[in-house]
Amino acid sequence: MKFIKYLGLTLFLIGFGIFNSAIFFGNFQVSQQELEAYISEKGYKSEYLKKALSDAIVTDEQLSIFEFSSRVRTAFETSNNYHNKLISKYDSEKNWDKKNEQFQYTVFGKPHSLSYNLAKKVGKGFLKNQPNLAWWLTFGLGIFGALLFILPNVILLGKPGIKNDGIYLESATNRGWIAWLVLVYLVTFYLLLYFMPDYVVNWTFIFDPISNFLNGGNASQWFVYGFLYCVIMIVMGIRMYIKYRHNKYQIVRTTSVLFFQIVFAFLIPEIMTSLNMPGYDFKSAFPLDYDFFFEWNIKSLQSSGAIGVFILVWGIILTLIIVPVMVYFFGKRWYCSWVCGCGGLAETLGDPYRQHSDKSLNAWKLERWLIHSVLLFSLLMTVVTLYCYFSGTSSFIGIKSQWIKDAYSFLIGAWFAGVIGTGFYPIFGNRVWCRFGCPLAAYLGFVQRFKSRFRITTNGGQCISCGNCSTYCEQGIDVRAYAQKGENIVRSSCVGCGICSAVCPRGVLKLENGPEKGRINPTEILLGNDVDLIKLLNNQ
Amino acid sequence: MEHIVIIGNGIAGVTAARHIRKKSDKKITIISAEHPYFFSRTALMYVYMGHLKFEHTQPYENWFWKKNKIDLHQGFVTNIDTDKKELILSDETTISYDKLIIATGSKPNKFGWKGEDLPGVMGLYHKQDLENLEKFAPNNEVCKRAVIVGGGLIGIELAEMLRSRKIPVTFLVRENSFWNGVLPAQESEMINKHILEHHIDLRLNTNLKEIIADENGRVKSVIIDETGEEIPCNIVGLTAGVSPNIDFLKNTNIACNKGVLVNRFLETNIPDIYAIGDCAEQQMAIGNRRNIEAVWYTGRMMGETVAQSICGKKTEYKPGNWFNSAKFLDIEYQTYGWVFSEKNKSDNEVHFQWQHASENKCITISFDKNSHEFLGINTFGIRMRHEIFDRWLSEKKSVAFVLEFLADANFDPEFYNVHEAEIVAKFNQEMGTNIQLKKKSWKRIFSKV
Repeated sequence: MKFIKYLGLTLFLIGFGIFNSAIFFGNFQVSQQELEAYISEKGYKSEYLKKALSDAIVTDEQLSIFEFSSRVRTAFETSNNYHNKLISKYDSEKNWDKKNEQFQYTVFGKPHSLSYNLAKKVGKGFLKNQPNLAWWLTFGLGIFGALLFILPNVILLGKPGIKNDGIYLESATNRGWIAWLVLVYLVTFYLLLYFMPDYVVNWTFIFDPISNFLNGGNASQWFVYGFLYCVIMIVMGIRMYIKYRHNKYQIVRTTSVLFFQIVFAFLIPEIMTSLNMPGYDFKSAFPLDYDFFFEWNIKSLQSSGAIGVFILVWGIILTLIIVPVMVYFFGKRWYCSWVCGCGGLAETLGDPYRQHSDKSLNAWKLERWLIHSVLLFSLLMTVVTLYCYFSGTSSFIGIKSQWIKDAYSFLIGAWFAGVIGTGFYPIFGNRVWCRFGCPLAAYLGFVQRFKSRFRITTNGGQCISCGNCSTYCEQGIDVRAYAQKGENIVRSSCVGCGICSAVCPRGVLKLENGPEKGRINPTEILLGNDVDLIKLLNNQ
Repeated sequence: MEHIVIIGNGIAGVTAARHIRKKSDKKITIISAEHPYFFSRTALMYVYMGHLKFEHTQPYENWFWKKNKIDLHQGFVTNIDTDKKELILSDETTISYDKLIIATGSKPNKFGWKGEDLPGVMGLYHKQDLENLEKFAPNNEVCKRAVIVGGGLIGIELAEMLRSRKIPVTFLVRENSFWNGVLPAQESEMINKHILEHHIDLRLNTNLKEIIADENGRVKSVIIDETGEEIPCNIVGLTAGVSPNIDFLKNTNIACNKGVLVNRFLETNIPDIYAIGDCAEQQMAIGNRRNIEAVWYTGRMMGETVAQSICGKKTEYKPGNWFNSAKFLDIEYQTYGWVFSEKNKSDNEVHFQWQHASENKCITISFDKNSHEFLGINTFGIRMRHEIFDRWLSEKKSVAFVLEFLADANFDPEFYNVHEAEIVAKFNQEMGTNIQLKKKSWKRIFSKV
């Protein structure tokens, strides 16, 4: 068994290694015809740019993606600088015609994205030529190895039951060097994905056949990410199934998040795209789906006919009616732990790290400030965006629509949700984003706290204050503080993962949707001692 | 300002301090030698197993005590001068008190076995036991085998701990079945089987004769009384129960038997001195309870009670219906009311039992032969709702009533298989009754809220 595990780990690491070194594969150079075709396709008008690009990348040299990217970005930059200089020159000469003429020569967009677009067109080499083989050598090997590593746990973990043995004795799960290595890897991964997509263009070649099959077009870096996301959730979901195989709640819940990720977040949008419809994740609710009300989205939906209008109406109904009504009946867990993709990754990939969420009072204070600020920020952004969309202006009460959208996308969408939210799993626990940043979680939390039938019930006087519940609460709730007082837990941050109930050695905790009345039950004296409660209260 | 001194920072002492603080602004000092801060003793096992770090066993953050003006003093009390109202500590400092609460808990039982004080012999009660375990049994290289003596809850927990680090364990149990002085045979047998399935070498009907030392004076092996067999091992866990930790009271005039003798108000024979928790011994047993109850929640309740008395509202210690819980490796156990083992049950106590065909789940319901009054329930692998059983016991419901409304009492997580129908069917068949199981009702469950 041990041998199979180590073999699996080795195979996984080989696949993983090939996947990462794939970044360095292949070569990127352009023939003059290819370049001209690309320029005319993009509609770039600047002759200067054409020359700069031609000098830089029409070459016999074997360019790596890094060299290629650097040259392309420099070409764009020098071209833009050249034209900007002319613009200011004509500006000072008050030569308006010439100045306006120059404007069409400047190129907009992020340098790395421009470089990505070109690289995607012209990349050559093994990955491009043998994408299927490349898939098997990276993903295939990785999945197979990971499963070989995980499946022996059916036997190695022994009898079904909570098996957290050794979690704090192992480097990977106790913030040791492995955990830090994983952190560095994940953070780097997200930085590349969000800010330097051209560096990972090689990965997209592996997925061109699969992407073509699903949506009729070549793979983008987001397709790679979506596929990777699903694969990780499935493999780590299998780990969940094995670890919690005695616990039906965990099995049903894991199946649910896997289903919604694979079908709703991945397959349906891809298939919609292949049918020339806007790709939409029907479970993605505003304000987590923060660009739902951006003008590009509204315009694209409006121009997509009936389906677009349906998505627009559905998105609004989902946020305003379905979300709060479901939270009223089932708590916010129906979304955060059963449906949401961020939650799904946290519950599968993040399960080995759930014990790291900070339970201190200070962390709780920080949490409330941060998450509600993000909610406010997202609402403000939406109001400004919508105002500008309907009024046709570019700013509202002095806030520029573009500026606030960019700020939100960069700070919250990329850094908080991605780089920190997932990258920091191994050190800060698996729900960093859900706990501190998600604006939808804040919204759901309000409903859960003030108007819901959901609570975690504590079982009389049975608590022995052991601390397993608090330690394994991924949302940093000090569950024990309530359990030892015999108080029901009604907290806005609880995502209802059910692990506190699973790890309790005394059967003290239960997630319940009961009558709203009496769900908050401050207890004066715990069960056990026979005191006349009325007399006791009157005497105080 | 009145100075309340509490010796011991376990659940009893700390609960007393917290409740005194809730009701008053008296000066409060807690003295402990074991660890500066309160931690949950019952969770020590999870630290060794790697489920928790030690700080996770501390229910309150370290700033809590200062904020609540509870002084923590690390020290070991060696004597008490009850006339001068002074404590003498091992470093010869003295602390005076106006009211004193003794909450020093227990220590592992030793029965005068030869070699019982050797290095490598340990109980599982104090934080120091855990440190010893890390020293003598950090892994299965250093510790090739462990022998555990005593077939109770702590013994099986220690076995589970050692197995989590793949250390071979031999478990010596004096009785002919695990914990069968407390558990009915069906349940005791299920646990026996479960212990063996976890690759623990369970030896029933086996007593320890002596512990042998090696040339360095450390544990080398144990000799079994019945057969004379020698079992080589590197550590010996003594888990044959606990007894009050009151040696430091020898030279005082505080009346003690096995524990500190207290009346129903938890007062000792000396005015202004109280004793609570594991170290307190009731002069007269309360109901079916033992005079000394080394149980987590009774310590907590005594702490709450004594705090009332000290804050001017003299309150009697009146533990309600008995309940308890434990976990035997993977099997959860809860008990409400009284279910005695075959050895201890009275003539009018009848047991109804049900066992799952394949899983480790079973229940025993005890009731009175004549009045059919429900007396208690043991559940294994099924969680039950404490409030419901507490209410039914207080209201002296009949066993038929309990079965009829059994679904209300289930506390298992959502989607778990329920077995109430099967249980009721079996009861009907055995007792010739025609009880119809009622569907679970939130209204009934929360009728007292």
